Amino acid sequence: MLLAEVTGLVVAAPKAGELEGVRFAVLQPLGADLRARGAQVVAIDTVGAAEGQRVFTAAAGSARLASGMRDRPVDLAVVGIVDEITLAPGGRA
Amino acid sequence: MNIGRVVGRAVSTQKDDKLVGTTLLLVEDVDAATGAGTGDVAVVADTIGAGAGDVVLVTHGSAARFSAATRDRPVDALVVGIVDSVRMGGADTFSRRGGFATAPPHRTPAKARSARGRRM
Repeated sequence: MLLAEVTGLVVAAPKAGELEGVRFAVLQPLGADLRARGAQVVAIDTVGAAEGQRVFTAAAGSARLASGMRDRPVDLAVVGIVDEITLAPGGRA
Repeated sequence: MNIGRVVGRAVSTQKDDKLVGTTLLLVEDVDAATGAGTGDVAVVADTIGAGAGDVVLVTHGSAARFSAATRDRPVDALVVGIVDSVRMGGADTFSRRGGFATAPPHRTPAKARSARGRRM
């Protein structure tokens, strides 16, 4: 699962009918040093993450196992908000 | 999912039977904050009527088959929304009417986005 920081929200319409009322978050993936790494992506958010929060995601088929997303055209879902990260000694952050 | 800009349309007459009637767009990935094109482009199925210049949300992989119009069809990228706005840090970085707040160094020649476009 991807570790990322919420950097924004997307409002989109018309959506495919299957995505009516779904909330979209812009995510910046984080690297081992907990800094931005790689291109920003968009995920559906069913847990109510706010900008600036660190989250983790489920991708591909697993994204459709997020609450209410069964059989919807979703490939990335925020499935948890990170409260705290503890890095092992020798971690890069 | 990612955000991209519709930079063209692909026409194909010889294709899988299951793709007959499917609109195929060329979508270039853009940076969600600045709108700058990354240079990566994909052929993306569209069932909601996105047009040239629209900023769209694209879903990838098997998710692209989870819409009524693409179910069980050989499609791995689908437009699922036309973006109205992107909000970051309390301000809109993009709105459908005004475009990106920071003018992107857009790579696509203006001609390719005209109504007629260029055939290449």
